[in-house]
Amino acid sequence: MKFIKFLFVGIFFGIVLVKSEAVSWYRIYEMFKFQSFHMYGIIGSAVFIGIVGIFLMKKYKVNSLDGKPINIPSKEKSFIRYIVGGIIFGLGWALAGACPGPMYILLGAGFYAMFILIFAAMIGTFIYGLLRTKLPH
Amino acid sequence: MEILLKPWSWYVSGPLIATVLLLLIYFGKTFGMSSNLRTFCAISGAGKYADFFKFDWKAQRWNLTMVLGAIIGGFIATNFLSDGSSIELSPETISDLTAMNFLNPGKNLLPNELYGWESILTLKGFSILAIAGILVGFGTRYAGGCTSGHAITGLSNLQLPSLIAVIGFFIGGLVMTHFIFPLLF
Repeated sequence: MKFIKFLFVGIFFGIVLVKSEAVSWYRIYEMFKFQSFHMYGIIGSAVFIGIVGIFLMKKYKVNSLDGKPINIPSKEKSFIRYIVGGIIFGLGWALAGACPGPMYILLGAGFYAMFILIFAAMIGTFIYGLLRTKLPH
Repeated sequence: MEILLKPWSWYVSGPLIATVLLLLIYFGKTFGMSSNLRTFCAISGAGKYADFFKFDWKAQRWNLTMVLGAIIGGFIATNFLSDGSSIELSPETISDLTAMNFLNPGKNLLPNELYGWESILTLKGFSILAIAGILVGFGTRYAGGCTSGHAITGLSNLQLPSLIAVIGFFIGGLVMTHFIFPLLF
């Protein structure tokens, strides 16, 4: 039962991403072609509200539900892993038109070919796990 | 109700996505959907092959619940909250896709040319999805996050690593869309 709130957040997330068409391959293609403002507007306004919201939560020292100060773990400082990993992710994102959130949402929307994409993404993550100690980070 | 059924504009959708991010922070968690792929690997026994998958995945149950919710949300939105309208793509996008023999761009959320059974049952179609998935799964873990973890959460928290990753996402995306994709279709 303690997870029920996450179920509702997930449902909300799924609905918003379908209704905004952010789960659409076409919208991702259009974004990378710079032919529409739609996706830039979505990401831009989400980040803008996110910045303001996090700023206010920190400023007024809002505690999380479990009573602890809010904490967003910092990413370790590096360059190579973010740029190289980012480029590899971007190649896949633009080809599939779906990133790791929309994959599940589209499954629910009835696109069963998403099983292939999700399974392949698991394989990709597994390959990373195997090579991790050999890759520059 | 009618407004709910129509596609939502960016200035409604963006702030609602920020709400997801802020709610999760308030719940003491961090928004990041790609972590679930690592959890799935761990549950499937990948820990036998790499230490990266030896972690307490039960601490990720909240995020798996998010996945379940996302699936349900996708089902609800398509079956009960849609009026079946096409995606209003820009005329340039439609003509670019039509030139590559895409039929009725924007009629569905996904093109049949990539996700239809007649495509994925061919070697080419299957390979495209398989390679795209591997790139997404590998890249997101190497970069330490995906669109939700870096582009939404990281940028909202003004983290430089996330900015670098998002620049990478765009370099990769532009190369795929402008140089590689036209070779495939």
